[in-house]
Formats: sequence, structure tokens, C-alpha cells
Amino acid sequence: MAQAQAAATSVTLTVNGESKTLDVAPWETLLDVLRERLHLTGAKKGCDQGQCGACTVLVDGRRVNSCLQLAVMRDGCEITTIEGLGEPASLHAMQAAFVKHDAFQCGYCTPGQICSAVGMIREGHAETAEEIRELMSGNLCRCGAYTNIVEAIEEVLAERNAPKLEAAE
Amino acid sequence: MSNVHPYVGRAQPRVDGPLKVSGLARYSAEFAAEDMVYAAAVPATIAKGRIVRIDASAAEAAPGVIEILTHQNRPDMPEEDKPYKADMVAVPGGPFRPLRDERVVFSGQPVALVIADTHENARDAATLVKVEYESETPTVDVGDARDGAYEPPEKRNGIPPPPPPRGDAAATFKGSSIRLEEEYRVAAEHHNPMELQATTVEWDDGRLVVHNKTQGVNNPKNYLCSVFGLDPASVEVVSPFVGGAFGMSLRPLYDLTLAVMASLKLERSVRLVLTRAQMYTMGWRPDTLQTVALSAGEDGRLTSIRHEVVQATSQYEDYQEPTVNWSGLVYDCPNVTLGHKLAKLDTPTPSDMRAPGATLGLFALETAMDELASKLKLDPLELRLRNYAENDQNDGKPFSSKELKAAYEQGAERFGWSKRSAEPRSMKDGRELVGYGMATGCWEAMMQPHGASAALTADGRLEVACGTADIGTGTYTILSQIAADAFSMPIEEVTALVGDTRLPMAPVEGGSWAAASAGNAVRLACAALKEELVKRARGLDDSPLANASADHVVFRNGRITLVSDEDVSVSYADLLGAAEGGRIEAMAKFAPDKDFKEKFSSFVHSAVFAEVRVDEELGVVWVERIVSAVAAGNILNRATARSQILGGVVMGIGMALHEETVWDRRLGRIVNANLGEYHVPAHADVKNIDVIFVEEKDEANPLGVKGLGEIGIVGAAAAIGNAVFHATGRRIRHLPITIDKLL
Repeated sequence: MAQAQAAATSVTLTVNGESKTLDVAPWETLLDVLRERLHLTGAKKGCDQGQCGACTVLVDGRRVNSCLQLAVMRDGCEITTIEGLGEPASLHAMQAAFVKHDAFQCGYCTPGQICSAVGMIREGHAETAEEIRELMSGNLCRCGAYTNIVEAIEEVLAERNAPKLEAAE
Repeated sequence: MSNVHPYVGRAQPRVDGPLKVSGLARYSAEFAAEDMVYAAAVPATIAKGRIVRIDASAAEAAPGVIEILTHQNRPDMPEEDKPYKADMVAVPGGPFRPLRDERVVFSGQPVALVIADTHENARDAATLVKVEYESETPTVDVGDARDGAYEPPEKRNGIPPPPPPRGDAAATFKGSSIRLEEEYRVAAEHHNPMELQATTVEWDDGRLVVHNKTQGVNNPKNYLCSVFGLDPASVEVVSPFVGGAFGMSLRPLYDLTLAVMASLKLERSVRLVLTRAQMYTMGWRPDTLQTVALSAGEDGRLTSIRHEVVQATSQYEDYQEPTVNWSGLVYDCPNVTLGHKLAKLDTPTPSDMRAPGATLGLFALETAMDELASKLKLDPLELRLRNYAENDQNDGKPFSSKELKAAYEQGAERFGWSKRSAEPRSMKDGRELVGYGMATGCWEAMMQPHGASAALTADGRLEVACGTADIGTGTYTILSQIAADAFSMPIEEVTALVGDTRLPMAPVEGGSWAAASAGNAVRLACAALKEELVKRARGLDDSPLANASADHVVFRNGRITLVSDEDVSVSYADLLGAAEGGRIEAMAKFAPDKDFKEKFSSFVHSAVFAEVRVDEELGVVWVERIVSAVAAGNILNRATARSQILGGVVMGIGMALHEETVWDRRLGRIVNANLGEYHVPAHADVKNIDVIFVEEKDEANPLGVKGLGEIGIVGAAAAIGNAVFHATGRRIRHLPITIDKLL
């Protein structure tokens, strides 16, 4: 082996509520740190260049392509990955809706779709199916589960909006 | 005895769903191993020629680099082709072998493998390997190679060559006044599953556990044993989840060979994940030039069909898919000539991609049929009905079942086909031209021998297992449903296992045969387990079932109970308590019924209806809605079955409007080897898709299943293209239908 690793930087990330301090090289992406260092492989690598959305996670509540983020840029941030949204025994509403609507097949784009959908709803711009399709278009699904994904998201949106409507009445 | 409310036939949610939505399903690049190192492949920058010199000194000096393998220093490998053909889906020719020698046979070919302590260091050092080449002019366009087209001397195993001609198509065509002859072409496509091709090799003192992205674990295992001379007892392939494949991961790919080569050399665990660009350096849907000539009488009855293709293959293998055979099959026609030739390109060998052959061939035929309908001033659906084939036109056999007429009827009804105006460019909505189109789809209903096991385990669960794969198709779920029904058990108490070479033997999952084959194998294994349980129940001391046979008992609520007296029963727990290891297991093998296959032809059929909207000024095409009516025998799971069709239709939208791999013809390199410039359909491209499963009884296997993985895409592109013609009056015979072709 040649010379040792070049200068590493200490970063602290709060990942799924847990504080993690690690030494990372400046070129390590958030995605690779999650997958290879923290073994949180729920965030997927589909292209490594921000074109497919499989690596979508929530950074301080906003959806981002973690393959386009260097870990050092996110020092001090709160990261939520799919593992932090819910577990099989206690699924997040969006995860449960994906199962119910068969909104995936191979499952590889799924964590990114779900994180993206959760982030999109928080953004508050999606109401109609057309808007969901537009705002989810950064998340590719080669299995073609799109119509089911939109139905799953619509259901979660409707549940979220239901109390609001009642309150308005 | 079946469940009162069987799971088979329901829209049962995927049993692996909770794992997948919570990110806990592990794919090939996600298995951790002690002391693992990372590999990165260095791609060739020429498409044809030879390596003159490799200077790896800068890479060797880079941080973390452990080893750099090239053709000059790799471990010894067998010289002859034969060991590399230990691949159940091999094609005629000599398979590609990474780091074989100095020759470069396609752009992006791996010419070196860098192994380093981290993924980043391997990736960085890979860019530092300097390779000098002697380059020759490549040919990468099938149009440039068509003059040298030839009939493949060796036919591909399992792929029927075109049937011999019947009647005299040429003379009939010549003497006909209603006729057309056109050329069709579908752009080259790449599978582009979302998961990158990857292999993680866990090395444990010479014993290997290989996690390889594959559509069938036994194929890579056999290949590794053959190529590296490994003892089958010292290597297992374990790939429980596959992030989409669509045919791409049927054959052993170079990530497998390289990762295992590195692991054996270094005696360490190794991970190799290909880049998205490298996903374009392996199989692809071949660029294919097609000629279809049709003639018909005034009554709309076809009098002749000629369908000939020139299909791309590589310099080193004769890849073949059944492209033209469908044109002899789907319509009643006395004079048919079919031809299939290959043309060699300086590209990787093409490979099966969702409904290989049928997707291309039926695009051409079904577009030509639409053109014929237009010439005859006949409704396109009516033309299909007038030429409906009641038996297999290629070999005269009756169909085991064919409810295509019902699919036409129900699809047309749901779609509102009767509202279609006859004239092209006659339906408008604001500034949008509206078009309706339809097409027929067809795929062979195949089966393969499969083994399966069924076991009662110490915790009282039922475990069924088969060495097939679940590539997103829903295999885990349908096997669980079948097993739950066999034992009248809640599906939550069933575990299904696939994707592991330690499980009963199965071939690759492809050709839409897994549901029928693995499903029936599990059904038989459950029956065998019941026999075993009854045998053991009879043998218990003072057994209440001492004289019972399998016909006299029912299996439910964890007990074997006498049909004639519900109070007489034996619990599974008692049997497990008496069993060695607390486990009772039975095995079974399923094989297709040869006599049945001699007598009948079995195919899946579909009728696809599409509505498109075309912006009159901008030429932008939107698929507003698709109705796909499918006749595929018994439907095991209405949710996952529907998803299979949805997925096929979406890929058909891609084929019709978006997907195109573009080569630079001078350099022989793909210029859009990424998901930004190779456009696969996105959310915004997909609006309404309606799936109908028509009732169809089939007896080719006890479950009555035909398979659904391919049929959804077949005919979809033709239906969309035909709708674009109806909307605009423009016939586009070269897919994808992009704006430049419409304006």
C-alpha cells in the first residue's frame, strides 16, 4: 500500500436522531458515508451523479440527492434516512402506503421515492396528481411503479389534509 | 384441501414489502465483510484495437492502492472458450472475458482493475492508470453493417429459429393490389435497472460467499466453478434481492469475474460496484432493421406476410432473439416468409431485454397492420378480428388457451374504442391533436424444471424455498400464497426463501417462466410435506391417525385432522417434537408436461389501447392513457400481477417516445451513457394505465399460470405509435418518436 489517507476532517452528523462523529476525507459523499461507513444501506446508489434520485435522504427536513453532497458540507446537520422514517414493525405512513398500493417492485428506488415524497409533502406545493408527478420526477423507477406511487402519495396527502378540512369547517 | 378464502388470486401485499420500504432489504453491494477492499474497473477509451502499453505507476503510488490487475499480470485463466460457456443462457460464440488479452472489442471494456482500501481511493486510482492503444475504425451502427448480414450458423439454445416458409409469400404479394412494404427500426436500448451491477465477495479462508446481482444464483455459481476451477462445496451465491434487471443480469457479467479474480488473488473480501456508465458496457436490446411486407384481399384477410430482420450482434458472439416468429403465429395467413440475419458490430453482445424479440418484431408487425387497416379503410381492431388465428399458425397446434378475443372486447370497451374517428388528424382537444391506437401483444408461456422444498420449522412456521430469484416480480409473495393455501395457514406464518445456491435447484428467472415453474414446484413440495407429515403422524405411538391416509385428513390450525371426525387430530408441535432437529422437510421437483407441450401451443396474449395527445405546434407527445387487457391464465396475485403489466407498459412508453442509446459512429462510444441523457420514463411521463386480466383457463400446469413479466411491454410501443399516426397523420417507423421526427 502506498501512502496513508490524505487529510481527513472531523464531522458530526445527527443521523436518524443519533449523533455520529467521524473523520471523513473531503471527497467522501454523504451517500458513501451513509452506506459504507455507517452501514445505512437504505439510501441507494443508482447513478452517483444526481440523475436518478435513489439516494434521496432528508437533510434538515429537506430532500436532497445524497450522492451530490460531500459529507463535510453537512457538518452539524440532521440527516434522516429511510431507516429513520420507520421500521417494519412501525412503518411511517408513507412507507405503509407504499406497501398497500404496491408502489414498488424491485424496491431499489423505493427508499428514495419515500424520502422524496415525505420531503415533497413538507414543501407544500403538491396537491393534485399532476403536481405530484411533476415534483416527483427526480426519482426514477425503472420497474414503472409510477401510478401506484402517485396513489400512495395521494393517500398520505389526503390523510394529512383531512383534519385541516374538518378544522376549516 | 384448500383455504375457504385462498390467498392465491387475491391482491396480496408483498411479503417483502416492509423490508423494502424500510431500507432493510439487502442488495449485492450492501453486504458487509471483514477486512473488505474495494475494486474499480478502468474502461477502455477506444472501441476497437489493442492495448500497446499500460503505465500503472501513478495509480500504484496513489493512496490506499493494494493491487492493479491487467491482462499482463492477472492470475492464470483457462485459454479455451468452453469453461466460460458454463452459463445457462450462453449464446453461440466465445464469451467476453475481462482482462483476457490486449485486444479491445468494445468501448468501455474493462482493461484494468484497481483494488484499494476504500471505494474513493479505488475510484481515484482508476483514473490514473494510463493506457496506450492502437485503434482501428469501429462499426457501431447496424445500418453500416447490413451488407455483411448473415444467417447465424449455430442457433441459440432455447430460441426457436424462424419457422420454414409456408405457401408462396413473394408471388402472392406480387399479384396483390392491396399491399405494403415498409422498413421499421427501434433504437438500441439499455436495460437501466436502478441498482448498479455489483458483486461483493466474502472471502473466508478460501471459502467464498458471493453476493452478485443476478437473475438466478445457480448461473454465477456454475460459471465461477467452471472458470476458476472452484470446488462447488467452497462457493455459494447469495442474492436475496435484485434491484431490477429486465434480462440484464441473466448471464454472468464482468463484475462477477473481476471481483472473484481479485478476491482469490488477494485472499480477501472484495466489493466491485460498476458505475452507471459501465452499465452500458454489457448487454443491450439490439438495434434491429426490420422489413415487413403485407398483402390482403378486399375483405381484409391477409394473403401474405414477409418479415425479415437484420439484428445487431457483437464481433465475438451470435446473440439471437425470436423477432420474426410472431409474424407467422398471431394471424391466420396461408403465405408467410420469415428471415432473421445478424450483423456484427464493435459493441458488447446484446442480451435479452424484457420480451426479447417480441417487443421489436411485434412493433413492426403491429404498425404494419395499422397501416394495412388504414389502406383498407377498416377499423384496426376489426382487421385483427378478421385475421384472428384459432390455432398456432407456425406449427398447426391448438392453443392450450387463447382468450385474446375477450381481451380485444374488454379492452376496447374499457378504453372507449368505439369513440375513435376513422380519419387521422380528426380528433382535437384545444391545441392538442388526439389519437387512439391499438396493437396486439404475444409472448410464449414457458416453463422450466424447478426444485423446491417445504418445511415445518421448530418455531411452527412453514418455510418454502426455491433457488429462483425475485427481481421485483413478486416471487416471494406468490410462493408464500401458494404455501399458505396448501396448509390453510395465515400467510404471516409462512417464510419464502429464494436467491441462494443452498436452496433447491432452479434456473435463472427469465422468460416469464418463474411463477408457473417455481409456483408449481412449491405446490408439489407442500404436497410432499403433507405426505411426510401424515406418515409421521401415523407412526406416532398410539397415534389417533394410525390408519389415516393423506386423503382422509385436512391440514389447518397447526394440526392434521381427520375429515370424518374433527376431534381426531395430531398437532404439528407433536410431530416437530419427535423430529430430529425440530424440523420436518420435504423436497419436490417440477417439470413441464412434455406430452402436453407436444399437443398444445401456449402463449400469453394482450390487447393494448393507447390515447396520445400531440401538441400541434410543438410536436410534444403525451401518452394520456393506456388500457392493457391481458389473457395470461390464472392470476396468482392481482396486485403484483398488475404491477408487472404496469411496468411493462411504462417501459413500452419509453420505447415509443424516449429511449435511445446513441453511439458516436466515428469513435464507437456511447454518448449518452447516463440517466440524464438516456431518458427512461419519469413520473411526469406516466399518467393513466388501466390493466384488465381477462378470464382464461389453462391446463398446461396445475396452477393454470402462464407468466406476466414480459407481456406488458409487447405491443405497447406499436399502440402508441399507431395512436400518434391517428392523431397527426404522420407514420413514424423509427422509434423513439421524438419531436424532430414529428415536426
